[in-house]
Amino acid sequence: MADSIDVLATLKLVYGIYAFIAISLISWFAYRVTKPKDHDAGAKPALFWTYVVVLAVVGTGLHFLTYSTVPWVPIDLNRANIKADAVFDITYEDHQMSFSSFPMQVGCGEHVVFNAVSNDLTYGFGIFRADHTMVAQMQVVPQSRNDLMWKFEKNGTYYVRSTEYSGPKGAKMVAQNAIVVTGCDQDDVRAVAIGEQ
Amino acid sequence: MSFVNTLINGHEGGLKQDGMTPMQKIALRFVVLGVLYYGLAAIEGMMMRMVEITPVPFIDDAHFFSIMTVHPMVGIFGSTYMIVFGAFLFLVPFLMKKPIFSLKLANASWMLIGGGTLIMWLAGFVFSYAPLYTLYWPLPADFSQFAIIGGIVYVVGVALIMVGTFFYSYNIFKTIMYTPEGWDKQPSMELFKSAIGFTGLTNFFKKKKTEHLVDLPVAAISRGTIDVGLNAVVIMAAGVLLLIYMFGAAFGFNLEKTWVDALLYKNMFWWGLDLIADGLVLIFVAGTWYLLATMITGKKLFMQNIARAALFVEMVVSWTVWSHHLMSDQGQSNFLKVFSGEMVTALELITQGLAVYIVLVTLSRARPLKMTNELKFLLGGLLGFMLAVPAGIIQADLGMNRVLHNTQWIIGSHVHVAILVGLTMTLYSAIYFLLPILTNGAKLYSQKLANAHFWLHIVGGIGMGTAMGLAGIDGMLRRSIYVDGEYNTYMILAGICGCMLLLAFAAFLFNIVMTVGVKGLIGIYSPAKMSTRECVPAQQEA
Repeated sequence: MADSIDVLATLKLVYGIYAFIAISLISWFAYRVTKPKDHDAGAKPALFWTYVVVLAVVGTGLHFLTYSTVPWVPIDLNRANIKADAVFDITYEDHQMSFSSFPMQVGCGEHVVFNAVSNDLTYGFGIFRADHTMVAQMQVVPQSRNDLMWKFEKNGTYYVRSTEYSGPKGAKMVAQNAIVVTGCDQDDVRAVAIGEQ
Repeated sequence: MSFVNTLINGHEGGLKQDGMTPMQKIALRFVVLGVLYYGLAAIEGMMMRMVEITPVPFIDDAHFFSIMTVHPMVGIFGSTYMIVFGAFLFLVPFLMKKPIFSLKLANASWMLIGGGTLIMWLAGFVFSYAPLYTLYWPLPADFSQFAIIGGIVYVVGVALIMVGTFFYSYNIFKTIMYTPEGWDKQPSMELFKSAIGFTGLTNFFKKKKTEHLVDLPVAAISRGTIDVGLNAVVIMAAGVLLLIYMFGAAFGFNLEKTWVDALLYKNMFWWGLDLIADGLVLIFVAGTWYLLATMITGKKLFMQNIARAALFVEMVVSWTVWSHHLMSDQGQSNFLKVFSGEMVTALELITQGLAVYIVLVTLSRARPLKMTNELKFLLGGLLGFMLAVPAGIIQADLGMNRVLHNTQWIIGSHVHVAILVGLTMTLYSAIYFLLPILTNGAKLYSQKLANAHFWLHIVGGIGMGTAMGLAGIDGMLRRSIYVDGEYNTYMILAGICGCMLLLAFAAFLFNIVMTVGVKGLIGIYSPAKMSTRECVPAQQEA
């Protein structure tokens, strides 16, 4: 099952190829535009409308693609209809995070909900591996529902960090080794307990 | 000619003061101030780059975030607004061959925006007021972290910028619609309809098409100006709200946890902000591309009607696209996330893609073209948006947003590439194009410096965006500080590219100063000897 490392590695590859093509195209155009023309390149209506259709398909197709391949999208959109195996409450106040249980013990493949409440400012809730790559995040807005349903498929220990700016003090809102996942066949090699690397 | 002489008097006579019209002078006043504010924003950016590499003794956390607060504001309002408004206040009368409605309002605009930017910047520099440009509620009213006086100074500065913006918007529309003294009565309402695209829209349903009364670039300017005005209303409303809380706190009433729903506020604020990010930038840029393409080639724009329609669609898109900023807000409805956040945002790929295609075909049909400064910077601008818009579309996806939101990906690959490469290179193209027009034929001091400006800017801009984007993919947040060198490889690379951008700016500034001369630069702030009426061709009298 794909995790954020797989999804972002795909992004790096696909966007890298696209950027290379775009830069090459403009470089080629810059060379060609100084030469005498042989035909009206790109001026045919059929080509123009094909281009428009391609833009529309690529623009909207991305969302259908991620809905069917990125595991957290259907969970996110249907989370009201999925029964949670465990709920962890996190309270934010005065640039401090307090957890209903610490560390938060998660079983492999369980649907768990991280339910965050802010009593003052807007914060963020981010789950990170020891190498600082992100697993997932959400905003934590006061007077609002902030519940992230997640399913872990690899064993690992993760830290939690506020991902939204809440003033200069907010940059240091980190809880090390806050989530421990066990019971999976596979380990998340990037997610080891801080202090044990 | 000696170096000192050129520096003072300009290259080959520099800027010819005597024949300058008031509109030329006002446009230059805007542009010069805008360019200087760009330099300030660039220096601020480099200061943050330094801290991202290693802690710097004279920049503590509070100062770092106050720089982060004013950096985009100086860049957008102090620099981009000034350059764009100056160019458009010159171009609308120029293209419509009629005098500007009010020189006084135009002068007031640059003074208010320039002065307001300085005051707003002082709120960060002197008082370390640092709620960031996002102003997520109730952070800007959190007086346990920020001094009340800092907030008041900040709001006053932003308010002045917005008043200057209102003056600009009013002046643009009045210039399009009004009847100059001695002219036949102008069809104000028809001009207005044509300018906002209503005529173009109704033409789709008519067999007999109504003639467009304003050129496409003027239509683009008008449509972007509507978004600019609406954005100013939203920001002014946020400013008034902040002032209420600040004065409440000053008199001992803590209103911090009353009245305002943070999520609703966030929706309204992003609705207004996206009128700039997705309205002004894309519409104004497309309009500027169309103008430059037709001016560079001397030919009509390819598929003009489609371009007009795309501009109208873009305006509607900019009004309904804001929810892509709230895809990680679990309280936001799924409908808004999918409809506004994903689907409407995807339309931007189409509208901006169309603009790129239309401009490239227009240029291609006029081959062979000389690779002038305006052409090469225009191509750089096109490339910037070709890279930045898809990066934004990727971010505006429920799957990707969960692992990219608030990372360096969005501010690097999307925002900085869009602004530094896409927008700024477009503006540089316009500046190089307008330079001889605004200065009565001043000759550029050094083509070698212009070439250095181009290459350092495009490589530095794309390189910095790439380094930041890669750091974002590896989890680096955009509004945080890392003190243990977690992302040093990327940040050093971004720092080197940032240095290239600064060098590019230095080359450009030096080249322009040597072109027009210090005397010429000072002279643009003295009153013009010609009257406004002399700056347009023979009036359209019956």
